[in-house]
Amino acid sequence: MQGAAPVRWTAALAVLLLTATGCGSPAAADGGPGVLSSSWGDPQNPLEPANTNEVQGGKVLDMIFRGLKRYDPRTGAAENMLAERIETEDARTYTVTVKDGWTFSNGEKVTARSFVDAWNYGAGLKNNQKCAYFFGYIDGYDKVHPESGKQTADTLSGLRVTGPRTFTVRLNQSFSGFPDTLGYAAFAPLPRAFFTDHAAWLEKPVGNGPYRVKSYVRGAQMSLRTWDGYPGPDKARNRGVDLKVYTDSNTAYTDLMSGNLDLADDIPAAQLKNVRSDLQGRYINVPAGILQTLAFPFYDGKWDKPGMEKVRTGLSMAIDRDQISRTIFRGTRTPATDWTSPVLGTEGGYREGLCGEACRYDPKRAKALVKEGGGLPGGRLRLTYNADTGSHKAWVDAVCHSINNALDDDRACVANPVGTFADYRNQITQKKIAGPFRAGWQMDYPLIQNFLQPLYYTGASSNDGKWSSETFDALVDRANAATDQATSVQLFQQAEEVVRDQMAAIPLWYQNGSAGYSGRLSGVALNPFSVPVYDRIEVS
Amino acid sequence: MGQYVLRRLLQMIPVFVGATLLIFLMVNVMGDPVAGLCGDKACDAATAARLRAEFGLDRPVWQQYLTYMGNVFTGDFGTAFNGQEVTALMAASFPVTARLTLVAIVFEVVLGVTLGVVTGLRRGRPVDTGVLMLSLVVISVPTFVTGLLLQLLLGVQWHWITPSVSLAASYDELIVPGLVLASVSLAYVTRLTRTSIAENLRADHVRTAVAKGLPRRRVIVRHLLRTSLIPVVTFIGSDIGALMGGAIVTERIFNIHGVGFQLYQGILRQNTQTVVGFVTVLVLVFLAANLLVDLLYAVLDPRIRYA
Repeated sequence: MQGAAPVRWTAALAVLLLTATGCGSPAAADGGPGVLSSSWGDPQNPLEPANTNEVQGGKVLDMIFRGLKRYDPRTGAAENMLAERIETEDARTYTVTVKDGWTFSNGEKVTARSFVDAWNYGAGLKNNQKCAYFFGYIDGYDKVHPESGKQTADTLSGLRVTGPRTFTVRLNQSFSGFPDTLGYAAFAPLPRAFFTDHAAWLEKPVGNGPYRVKSYVRGAQMSLRTWDGYPGPDKARNRGVDLKVYTDSNTAYTDLMSGNLDLADDIPAAQLKNVRSDLQGRYINVPAGILQTLAFPFYDGKWDKPGMEKVRTGLSMAIDRDQISRTIFRGTRTPATDWTSPVLGTEGGYREGLCGEACRYDPKRAKALVKEGGGLPGGRLRLTYNADTGSHKAWVDAVCHSINNALDDDRACVANPVGTFADYRNQITQKKIAGPFRAGWQMDYPLIQNFLQPLYYTGASSNDGKWSSETFDALVDRANAATDQATSVQLFQQAEEVVRDQMAAIPLWYQNGSAGYSGRLSGVALNPFSVPVYDRIEVS
Repeated sequence: MGQYVLRRLLQMIPVFVGATLLIFLMVNVMGDPVAGLCGDKACDAATAARLRAEFGLDRPVWQQYLTYMGNVFTGDFGTAFNGQEVTALMAASFPVTARLTLVAIVFEVVLGVTLGVVTGLRRGRPVDTGVLMLSLVVISVPTFVTGLLLQLLLGVQWHWITPSVSLAASYDELIVPGLVLASVSLAYVTRLTRTSIAENLRADHVRTAVAKGLPRRRVIVRHLLRTSLIPVVTFIGSDIGALMGGAIVTERIFNIHGVGFQLYQGILRQNTQTVVGFVTVLVLVFLAANLLVDLLYAVLDPRIRYA
């Protein structure tokens, strides 16, 4: 009896409240016919092409901008978009011709200058653009963006406008893959309004893509509507998209379930076990260009001495990737067998099984190798990760557990959580982390170069463990200089073998993008960057 | 009275300075916020250095604090990392949370006090036991459980409400989140009122009122309830600040873009300007609410005088 009373009381109260205010049926999409609503996260930086280095801001840039190249949403191959031709003879000087007939949504023509001005802005140190390093290959970058002190030039000497629709790019080293990097958002063209009234542009960005911004309330919602004058071949198949900021992916999922949201592109880990039955075929789970690894502190002598590669390889063999992917990630991650990603395809440089035995679970070999290599530095591992986002705790604990089992020592590996991501990055850049640490890599563009050079080249921007190998560096230089794509890819794979033999980082798993959508939508797909291909979605 | 208010206002100054300094130091010991700005990739050194200089992060902490406080007195709360003025963030989020808090307070006052009076007058009866049991359940169940449960039942199963609150965050949308936010305090208000009423039933002035033959209703409302409300008002007053700051959980569950959202975002991104700015305002709200409560005592109980 006493158990029943509270229930009746709450129900009665709820009825009373709801009838009193009359908030009856849930409002479906509020954007009007043909407009879908989609979950979004608050972009970390102001929305400028060269200042956006995370998925949420990138999502918008992909809708409102088109660059010289565009990555095919299905295959990831770089294809000409605004570029009519990109020509070179020596993989160092490129001549770019921009297609005729393209305009920004405010009517301004897209010319060679729209690109050159945008790139100069992006590279300039005084503009604080976080993707400035993308322009690092262009001649004169060291003047525009010196490592310390003030910039001594405002424009890159390697860029020259040669006509209304043509410009030349001279690089400071050979890089045959350069044209393929031009699909990245940082290389987008910018209209004059960006430079003349920057604050107003940030309030309401203007681009040249299939969508234009109708309204933008920062930190809350952006309404994008189809731009009818869009001249490109990939016109949007819907009338627009309302991006709604959610602080918690669980709420977005709940909204999706109740019909209050059309598309959620981040299914929370806790919902993975019932998402298939909840959504009945409206759930997608496809590989993305994301690789999770464990990096090592090579700046710490204990991890860098000869013989340690055996310990590192042993650790790699001590991790039961299959079981962790299955039980913790419920198939949204695939055990890694190389240091790239399946989205590259075999032609692009992905080679299944390149890691070989070193990535296969073999507790006996693991224990023997760790012993042969001189044992764990300090007798135990501290596996560091940030505990604030991404539900890393579960898998880090599992990895430690797996290592402890393999090494037959339940104190061999302990997880070491760091409170915030900022603090975590802080400890990494200050070289304070004493053991292996979590490292995630989301590709900028689908090139094998992007999975290797920024991470393992001596002194490279994301070489957090400060690994260094002359053989690897030499192979990467040769691969970049090779004008033939097949040769280049082959050389990169040789470089990857060096990474394997030294076990510079332990590959863990390839990450999938996942999304769920409502019955109103069709044609929903995720691109290799795990972002929904909005322009192909149809709304019934 | 005037002197009392003045003294209280002056006392606020050291509390205010101390609280902001503490928050400032706490956010600062967490390290360099610029490190987290570039995602999983490292910021290039030159850009990081420029950003640090721009946000004043390259100077000693005491200097940063003095500059910050200096700016605050001119109404400049600095700029968040995404380029927005902190004052703009406040203007967008404080009204939303204020509405949410108001809904919660109304629940506390109306429901909590009513239930408290009803049970206090009927001690030991089934109604009293029932409400006591219920309030115990509410106190012991964490807010996020109540929130998620109501969201699931009312939002997904029965379609009575939308599970998330829209951008406008109008009062009708905030009823369920407000109830969730108020739930624990509501239970405490009920219990406080009940005890207080039960105690004062035997007080001299109530007995006198009854003896004078005043109508029961008048005895309860004017004599019994008025004096019994003092501990309740104290609780509700200090609860205003707690509700505004503690809305993080509720706002997250219902996706309300209020103070909790901004604070959460600020802490996650280790954005000193946002966190310190918002906490500063919350401290002010807290202090003002406490002052108001103390002044209310005299209204409620004529025996209380301010020296």
